[in-house]
Amino acid sequence: MSGGMTSEESSFKREMLAALPSLRAFAMSLIGRHDRADDLVQDTIMKAWAKQDHFEMGTNMKAWLFTILRNELYSQMRKRGREVQDSDGYFTEALAQHPSQYGSLDLQDFKRALEMLPPDQREAIILVGASGFSYEEAAEICGCALGTIKSRVNRARQRLQDILQVTGESEYGPDATSAPIISRSFVS
Amino acid sequence: MTYKIGAGRDVATPVRADNPNGQIATKLRALYLSVQEEAIPDRFLDLLEKLDAVERRSLSDVAE
Repeated sequence: MSGGMTSEESSFKREMLAALPSLRAFAMSLIGRHDRADDLVQDTIMKAWAKQDHFEMGTNMKAWLFTILRNELYSQMRKRGREVQDSDGYFTEALAQHPSQYGSLDLQDFKRALEMLPPDQREAIILVGASGFSYEEAAEICGCALGTIKSRVNRARQRLQDILQVTGESEYGPDATSAPIISRSFVS
Repeated sequence: MTYKIGAGRDVATPVRADNPNGQIATKLRALYLSVQEEAIPDRFLDLLEKLDAVERRSLSDVAE
């Protein structure tokens, strides 16, 4: 047995642990539901662990995990159809489970607006605007060109502005559950 | 070229109320941080322990 190998394993585990809070936040921002987000994080950990030979220590563990999570999410969405994106019960669940975290109505409105974005725009603005990745890193994580990421971030920002202006005036819009559906039919 | 979203990563940076991009950036980070600042759930700590234990066991099996 080599002691060296053991210490490399634990540093893989340690780096993974360090990236987990941000990975959870990424999953939660993408999906909007704690239970599903954490299931996705768990799947990501399993996948990453199985592929740890592919990871080069010293490179960006966070970007590597984000890439795996993103690929896993889209592969699950393809299998389940659009179920993962279904916002039915989205806010009820978030409010019921975490009343203190989303106490600000402002943030709830924002969360709902984020959910209305097309997935590619949502992930782009999260990666660049919240996860702290550069445009270059975000492009690599999403497997697309730099210009594509920039344009997605711009469109996401514009659309969030539009949505928040609209929902800001009428508080909840037509009603909490049908508003996202109505908006989506206009924007796609 | 300016990247408005990437500019001013500091969450505490005050945002002018009339700057919609600034408000969006601030809310996005606030939402993200509300999850990121949670303690790592035990299910993940347990999972990593188990994965590590399984691997160590299989490595020592190979060694024997």
